[in-house]
Amino acid sequence: MINGGNNKLFTIKKFVKVESVEEAYELNRKKSNVVIGGMAWLKMSPHNYQTGIDLSGLGLDTIEEDEEEYRIGCMCTLRQLETHDSMNRYFDGVMKECVRNIVGVQFRNCATIGGSIYRRFGFSDILTCFLSLDSYVELHHHGIVSMKDYLNLNLDRDILVRIIIKKDCRKTSYMTQRNSATDFPIIACAVSLKEDQWFISVGARPTRAALVTVENKLSSQSSKEEVSKFVDKVIEEFNFGSNMRASEEYRRQLAKVYVQRCILGVLKGGQHDN
Amino acid sequence: MTIKVWLNGKEIEKDIEKDIEADLLLLDFLRQNGCYSVKRGCETSNCGLCTVLMNGTPVLSCNVLAARADGKNITTIEGLQEEAEDFGRFLADQGAEQCGYCSPGFIMNVLAMVHELEDPTETEIKEYLSGNLCRCTGYVGQLRAIKLYLSRKREESK
Repeated sequence: MINGGNNKLFTIKKFVKVESVEEAYELNRKKSNVVIGGMAWLKMSPHNYQTGIDLSGLGLDTIEEDEEEYRIGCMCTLRQLETHDSMNRYFDGVMKECVRNIVGVQFRNCATIGGSIYRRFGFSDILTCFLSLDSYVELHHHGIVSMKDYLNLNLDRDILVRIIIKKDCRKTSYMTQRNSATDFPIIACAVSLKEDQWFISVGARPTRAALVTVENKLSSQSSKEEVSKFVDKVIEEFNFGSNMRASEEYRRQLAKVYVQRCILGVLKGGQHDN
Repeated sequence: MTIKVWLNGKEIEKDIEKDIEADLLLLDFLRQNGCYSVKRGCETSNCGLCTVLMNGTPVLSCNVLAARADGKNITTIEGLQEEAEDFGRFLADQGAEQCGYCSPGFIMNVLAMVHELEDPTETEIKEYLSGNLCRCTGYVGQLRAIKLYLSRKREESK
């Protein structure tokens, strides 16, 4: 019997590659079982599980596209999102922008979109980015819910099957700051615009991303003062907190700067020079 | 459940629970099967030392269960001797290899990059390799070696 030593943080006794989402759902009813996404975060938390549920045999590792939307299977990796030409063209490159700073290519080939969204991590770049788009989460039991409602939904051990992003011609921009390259973000900002409707999402505050939706007729002709006034008002809607990475005040200042830059980027047509 | 893995072209069949533990990491599986090039640097999925190719894609073997390698081709540096030696010479010539502990994972990711990106810029190289940490040689020598290696490759393909 080959084992990996006695110093494992995370253990499972059984590995089950399920044949249907329903099978996964039934297995996941038990609190001692766990769905294995990309395992990057799961592996870091000390816990002994009974059964590890594997969804990798269900063909949920592809990104489908039609006229109306993109459907991202829960087992798609961050790297697939990063290198998906059509999505990046449609959303002004933000798919790449929101993941390219996460650890490294090999990590992004492991970590899954489903894992990142399911856990609603405060530091999630992807959740912040998707929240500013017209996106939905497809859950096996709950059905399809908007990303905004999903933020506070009682998941009740449901299974996340897909993420859906509608093609609604939003212009979008994403920016983040990290204390060192490849680290967690200390602030993450995503801004989208559809007609005069602004969708502003700020994550890593350090709690999970939140969304503010405001109507405003800003244009590329708007003065700096007008934009700045608008940003100040928007930022008031968010709460910020301190942790070992950054203080509340610092995060608020950063959020102002990056939301403003994102807005200016969007007004230029979806620009994202970080 | 029986898994079948092609490790550097050689077929390995194991039964999960009978032969290997369900939570055995691919990293340990590979070392138990003689691939000692695969190093455990951090085991927090950050350092890139345990990089191997899974169906040609670079992954962190400390972040993948052996069970998930079922039906996959796994390539370690032992399976890419010729290419690794070739690039290794560029590293050595640039003095970009001191202790050598991070080299196998680093070389695996460089080779993956060469296969994936066509004529990468310096920024693209840095971005692709940002998940490979080196604590003694430093990155400047490594970058010199990569650039020279890429320019030799370009010459060859002319």
